[in-house]
Formats: sequence, structure tokens, C-alpha cells
Amino acid sequence: MAGQPLLLTVITFLPLLSVLALLLLRSDDHVWIRRIALAASLAEFAVSLLLLRGFDSSNAAYQFTEYHHWIGEAIHYHLGVDGISLFLVLLTTFLTPLAILCSWESIHENVKGFFVSLLVIETAMIGVFVSLDLFLFFVFWELTLIPMYFMIGIWGHEHRIYAAVKFILYTMFGSILMLVAILWLYNLSGTFDLDGIQQYLAATTLPHLTELLLFGAFFLAFAIKVPLFPLHTWLPDAHTEAPTAGSVILAGVMLKLGTYGILRFCVPLFPSAAEQMAPLIGVLAIIGIVYGALVATVQTDLKRLVAYTSVSHLGLVVLGIFAFQPTAIQGAIYQMLNHGVSTGALFLTVGMLYDRRHTHDIKQFGGLATPMPVLMSFFLFVALSSLALPPLNGFIGEFLILIGTFLDHHVWASIAASAAVLSAIYLLWAYQRVALGEVTVERNRTLPDASKREWIILLAVSLAILFMGIASPLFTRRMEASVGNVVARVNASLNLPQSASIPYSGNKTASRDTSSAMVHPARERP
Amino acid sequence: MLGGQLLNLHRVAPELLLCMTGIVVMIVDPFVGPTRKRRLGWLALIGALLALLSVHIAYDFRGLAYDNLISTDMFSVFLHAVVILAATLAILGSLDYLEQEHIQRGEYYALVLFATAGMGILAGANELVTAFIGLEMSSISTYVLVGFRRRSATSNEASMKYFLLGSFATAFFLYGIAMVYGATGTTYVDKVQVMLEGSGTIPALAMLGLGLMFVGLGFKVVIAPFQVYGPDVYQGAPTPVTALLSSGPKVATFALMLRVFYVAFGTASEFWFWAVWVSAVLTMFIGNLAALVQTNVKRMLAYSSIAHAGYILVAFAASTTLGVAAVLFYLAAYVLMKVGAFLIVTHLGQQGETRLELRDYAGLGSKEPVLAACFSLFLLSLLGLPATAGFLGKFFAFQSALDSHSVHGTAIVWLVVIAAINSVIGAYYYLRVMISMYFSEPAQDYAPSSVAPALGVAIFVAAVGTLYLGLLPAQVLELARTAADSLPVH
Repeated sequence: MAGQPLLLTVITFLPLLSVLALLLLRSDDHVWIRRIALAASLAEFAVSLLLLRGFDSSNAAYQFTEYHHWIGEAIHYHLGVDGISLFLVLLTTFLTPLAILCSWESIHENVKGFFVSLLVIETAMIGVFVSLDLFLFFVFWELTLIPMYFMIGIWGHEHRIYAAVKFILYTMFGSILMLVAILWLYNLSGTFDLDGIQQYLAATTLPHLTELLLFGAFFLAFAIKVPLFPLHTWLPDAHTEAPTAGSVILAGVMLKLGTYGILRFCVPLFPSAAEQMAPLIGVLAIIGIVYGALVATVQTDLKRLVAYTSVSHLGLVVLGIFAFQPTAIQGAIYQMLNHGVSTGALFLTVGMLYDRRHTHDIKQFGGLATPMPVLMSFFLFVALSSLALPPLNGFIGEFLILIGTFLDHHVWASIAASAAVLSAIYLLWAYQRVALGEVTVERNRTLPDASKREWIILLAVSLAILFMGIASPLFTRRMEASVGNVVARVNASLNLPQSASIPYSGNKTASRDTSSAMVHPARERP
Repeated sequence: MLGGQLLNLHRVAPELLLCMTGIVVMIVDPFVGPTRKRRLGWLALIGALLALLSVHIAYDFRGLAYDNLISTDMFSVFLHAVVILAATLAILGSLDYLEQEHIQRGEYYALVLFATAGMGILAGANELVTAFIGLEMSSISTYVLVGFRRRSATSNEASMKYFLLGSFATAFFLYGIAMVYGATGTTYVDKVQVMLEGSGTIPALAMLGLGLMFVGLGFKVVIAPFQVYGPDVYQGAPTPVTALLSSGPKVATFALMLRVFYVAFGTASEFWFWAVWVSAVLTMFIGNLAALVQTNVKRMLAYSSIAHAGYILVAFAASTTLGVAAVLFYLAAYVLMKVGAFLIVTHLGQQGETRLELRDYAGLGSKEPVLAACFSLFLLSLLGLPATAGFLGKFFAFQSALDSHSVHGTAIVWLVVIAAINSVIGAYYYLRVMISMYFSEPAQDYAPSSVAPALGVAIFVAAVGTLYLGLLPAQVLELARTAADSLPVH
């Protein structure tokens, strides 16, 4: 960690730098635009893997931190990763090259603009995951919106404008109230630095109503992003209308900005409000799980079906977070990664079908396993991972969430477990209607099977799915310390009298004034 | 005493240069052939640039000038820079516009310079009658400028409307001064403050005077309920004039409002807080909701400037030094993005300002990528997206308002929440322009002419400024803070 002081800055801004390179190219030089975009995103992935090497999994504090003054005294350029954000960064850098590859042939118009948007989104998303200053975080958070807006609006399908506007207005509405809450926190604590605010909040008890309102403002922004039922209505439109790469990025990473935000800000900053609201949020999450699954079952549009699975799966993630239980939270983070890979993969395969037939209507398919056995095998494999078949990745996440939740909330866990059954229904049924049986539409007989490019994409995600299924300890081990941190904070707010065993109660006064303490906050866990 | 006189001249150096250049332009005008009038524009531009530089002279010789009539403090210096920058950009944008509309005349530039000098006086006035003179200088010049497209009915109508209503408004302001004078025996801003602080309670007459001044000044900054004339005038005026009108007078009048409300009537902040509160809410809602349904981009931007006046009032309502700093920063950011946006509309309007509808912008993203990118930048900044000047403007405005929570209680928190919701409403119509530019099919038969170099430079400066304030605001923010500190707020 000492030897890589700029690693996070490089990872965050490398895509933006390659955007500059793209801008220098002639806009009709499609071949080189694609090549450079791909090369940049692959390089980005390679660089981000360096994080794994230097990451100390026994350390709960932020690592690879960078800390500089930016605007005045209060706003800092403060970056860092911990066990929660580490893999989300990797997920982003893993999915972006795939998104670029899958757009290789399907994007013909304004190719340069498309890849520029994609790379800007990558920078913004990574920025969200690594920012440790609320101002910086908000800048990146809002920065994700505009390129995605363009992506849906320019390269999307039929109702793209409606979907793009809905997407952006929904998200902005949530985030503007979060901005008010951020400003409020600043006025209270005098800093935008996450550590500083955390220490401030640990040292003072906010009025109950204030804490509840602040929690609400943050939570609303994140819940819209996740999306939590009943705020999910932008999602099916945005996912369905976006081009394949847009859906992959949206479902794969952007939804996780919401769950990440809950885990990074809502719960640790306002533990008692979170605790108080947990029953309500838990119920909403469960409604989302069941409702999303049921609605997915009856979809006739394949892409919309996949979109609704996100409502269901991310409901489970939220449920896991609000169980306030280390296992469940680890499961939730793991499920965030799984969902990113598996749903991303589902969108990729759906996109490949779309490239061939230019429709998402399930009725237009049927018996596709005959003309394209390879593509359909991958589709089945990905669907199985999404419906949490052991030993694939989805199983681990769901299982951890459910057992963690079950400890304290038997009913929640029992209802949520039905999601496993429901997801088997909608995914396998969808697979059956698309792939099995006789070829129903004559022109489907001559469809080509997976090309070499598609092979590479599908193989990459399938390997990731398999690897995450069998090697889960490699991931969970690195999350443990940071997750313990979050849980400890919630518990601390519940058992305030026994604060001797609580972290952060020791040296808050000492560490508030010195900036070095903010960079490397002392966090001995009991 | 000669030394004193010289000092005075130094302290009003920007106004002096502006007026002198204006006079020179008028004198030279008859000797310049009708085909060469453009050169007068360059002359005016040089004058404006010199005035911009001379702000530094005023800065070096800060202090009271002309028997305390003018106060050249940091506050005034900051606003001088902003106002003169707006005028410079407007002149750059006018050069080719006037050519294209066949109204290239010397008096246009002279009027812009006089108006700017008037705004400068407004920003620096420490005495209300002096302020009135500044207000009249800027108003009367702009009345004429608004009607400068003589053959256009809308331009004439706008000018007439602006003139009639504007005269009423200045009368209100003048009447307000008279009442304040009656109540306190002085028209000096700082002395009014001392008088009111000394008297403990505020005399009813003074309050009435303040109310009347609020009407007069509220009209000039286009805030509700005095906003009705705004969109018509902004739409009818030649677009570069609209750029100036929506920035310069607004900035200068806000400066005077700050002096009157914060300094002279600082003790009465609880009284005027509610007036500002109500006006802010109305202004934001009226501006944003009306902008939603506009199909004419110029008119939409006019409503958007009303909405922005509302956001400025949010910071204004804070009634703290932090609030002053936030207003100042917002004004600087606002000028850059608004002038930039109107200059782009100037270009895209084409001859006769016929291309102002949303549909005329269709496909601009592919036809003119750079111009469309700049316009998007201004729109996103007006919308308040991070990494742009507009975001930080709102950010500091909201922050200063929330900060005054201890003084104003939950009312101010609600005001911020209302402002936040309004900025999302606003997002819709800014994005609509972008939808037209990027998501719609271009009209095949039409391609805009290329951007004239002078206009291009102006747009470029505004765009760079918008980004600069968005990413590295520290310096300007620091200036705004020093400027706010120099204002003797109660």
C-alpha cells in the first residue's frame, strides 16, 4: 500500500484519460475507436487487479488512501477502498470491457460518442466507490447520470427518450435531497470528510427527528437507485430501452451504487435510525423480492423479464443489509457482485439474441437450441447462476443472506426464500420458451451460433460465475473486517452503555483535528 | 485637494473608463462610414477590457469616494469584475449579430458601456440617491437597447413594456428612498444602519420605505411577484442584449439589494426575511413551472433566469455574511452560464431570430458537436450538475441557507427543500433542449452557419469559466468571502 500511493487515482481516471485519446481520433474511424476503448478498459482491469495484491484483508480501515485539499478547508480529494468497495471496483472494471465487446458490432451510429459515454460512466462509478469525501462522492454520483442518459436516449430502442427522462428525473429527485442532507451534515460537523463526520456522529447524539430525516434523505436517494419497491418503476423502462451495454452497466454496476450507498453511508452514519426503520425497509424489500419475481414471470419481453429479476434480487440484498448481521451483510455484498456478473451476463445473452433478430419478444423465439446450441448452453448456464444453483455464485450470496437473516428474522427469511423457487420458475420457463422444443419461427432456423467475439464474452462471464461459486472464501475473507466494522457500529448504537467494547469511542477527540488521523483512522477492533 | 480628487478617480476607474469610451464611441461615430461601424464595436470592446483591468486599480485604492457616496470595497470590486465581464462577453457576441441584423451602429456600443457604468455605480453605491442614478443609467440605456431591432414588432413591444413598467419600478424605488430619508434623516446606507441600530425599534415609515424599495429592486432583478414583464422583454430584445440584460442589471441590483437589506436594514432582518422567503418560493415555482411548457428556447431561458433569481434569494434569505458570499459566488457562476447560453442562442437564432424553437435545435449534436457540447455544458450548469459552476452556486447557496438555521428555524430548511425540489423540476426543461439536440433527427434542409470568431471566443470564455468555477472554485470563493466580509453587515 505504501508503494502505490496513486493507484486509486490512476484507476479512477484512466478511463477518462482514454476518453481524451478517443476524442483525438476521427469520428468515422470506427475500428480504432473500438480498439482503443477496448484496450483502455482492459488495461484498466489489469491495473485494478493490483488492488488485490496490496489489499490487507485483516485491516478494516480504508486502504490505498489519498488525501488532498480541494476546495477550501472542508472539501477534500479523499480516496480509499475497504472490503466493501474493493470488489465493486473490480466488478466495474471487469464488466466494462465486456460491455465494450458486446457493442462491437451493434453500435453503428456515433460510435465515438458511445464509447466516450461508456468510459466516462466507468470513471464516475469507480469514483463513487472510492470516494471518502461526501462532496466528492456526490460529484461522481451525479456524474454517472448524464452519460447514462445519453446512452439510453441516443442508442436505445423505441421508447428511449421516455425511458431516459424518467431515469434521470427519478434519480435526480432522490439525490437532490441527499445533497441537502450532506450540507446539513457539513453544517453540523464542519467537514465533508466521511471519517470526520463519522467521528462527529459517534461523539454526539443527534436529535432523534434530525437523524431520522437525514437517514431518510440518504436512503431515498439510494432506494431509488437500487431500486427498492415501490420506487422501482423507472427500472424496467430504462433497462429495456437501453442498448445492451447500457443494460449491462445499469444492472451490473449502477444499481449497486444504491446498495453500496446504503451500506457505506446510511447504516454506519445513522445506525439508530437505520435500526428503527429496518422493519419497514425489510417489509418493502420482501415485497420487492416477491413482486419482482412474480412480475418477471408474466413478462413476454425477454429483456423486461431480466430487468424485473433485478428488482427481486436487489430486494434480497437490501434485506441482507438490514438484517444487521455479519453473515447476511457479507452475503449482501457477495450478492451484489453475483448479481452484477449474472444479470450482466443475462443481458449480454439477451443482447446477442437481439443482434440477430432485433426483438425481445419471447414469442419470436422458441427452439433456438437447435440452430445455436452454444449460445443457448451459455444462456442456460447463466440463468442457472442467476437462480442460485449450487455450486454457482448466486447460491453463495443467497444462502449467506438467508441464514444471516434467519437468525433474527425467521419470517423475513422464510418469505425471502420463496424467491429461490420463483426465480427458478421465471428463468427456467423463459429458457424453455426460448430454447427448447421445435423451432417455432421459420427464420430462426438459419440464425448463426455464437461468433468468436461472443464466445470470448460468454466464456469470460461463465468463468467468473464458476470461480465465484467455488472460490467464495477468497472474496468473503477480504470483506470480513470491514463488514464487522459496520455491524459493530449498529450494535454500538443499540448498547450505548457498554461503550467500552466499541470501536471509535477511544480517540475521537484526538483524531478529529489532525489530518493524518483522517487519512489513517485508528480503528483497533475489540 | 488634488490628492483626494485623484484618489476618488482611482476608486471609480472602471466607471470612468466605461463612460469615456462610450463618449469616444459617440464622438467618433459620425466619422466612421456605415460599412465600418463594426470598428466601433472593437473600440468599445477595448474600453470594456480596459475597464475590466482597471478593476484592479479600484482594488488597490479601496475606500470611500466622493464624500462617501461611493464605497469601493472588496464587495464592489468583485461585482464590478462580474458585471464588466458580462458586458465584455455581450459586446463580443454583438459584433456579428448586429452585422447580420443590419443594425450595426455606434450608439449600441455606447449604450452598452453606459449601462455597464450604471451597473458599476449600483454595485458601489453607499448612498441611495447615487444608487438611483446608477439604476437609471443602466435602465434607460437598456430600455433603448431592448428596442434596438427597430423593424421588429416584438422588439418594440418589449422596449415599450420594459420602459413603462421600469419607470414605475424606479419611481417606487425613489419613493422608498424618500420615506427612508424621512424616517432616518439620511440616505447613506451606513448611516441608516447606525440610525436604525440606535433607535432600537424600526420606525414604520422606514419599513414602508424598505417595502417600496423591495418592489422597485425586485422588479429589476425579476423576482415574483414582479416578474410578469420579464419573459416578454427577454424574448423581444436582441439576443445579445438579452444576454446582458439577464446578467448585468440583475447582478448589480442584487448588489444594491444586499447593501440595502443587509447593511442599512440589517437590524430588520426578521421583518424582511419573510418577504424574501415568500418571494423566493414564488419566484422559483413560477420560473420553473412556466419554463416547463415553453417551446421557444429563448423564452425558456428567460423563465429559467427567473428561477435562478429565486435560488439566489434562497441564499439571500440567510441574512448572514455566509449568505452574502454565497450570493456573490452564485452571481459569478450565473453570469458565466447564462451569458454563455444566450450567446449560443444568439448564434443559432440566425438572421432575424427565426430559429428559436426547440425543434430548430434538432440534431445539433451531430451537425455542430462542439457548439452542442458547449450549450449542453451551460444547460447542465444551469441545471446544477456537479463539476459545473451552477452546481457549486446552488451548493453554497443551500449551505449558507441551512447554516442560518439557528437564526431562522425550520422555515429556512423548508426553503432549501423547496429549492431542491425546484431544481429537479428545472432539470426537465434543460434536458428537453438536450433531447432535441442529441436524440432527435435533424431537419435535413437546414444547417446553421458557422460560428463567427468573436462570438466563438465569448462562448469559449464562458464555457471555460463555467468549468473552472465548477472544478476549482477555491480562488473565486475566497474572493467572494473577502468581498462578503468587507460588507458591514449588521
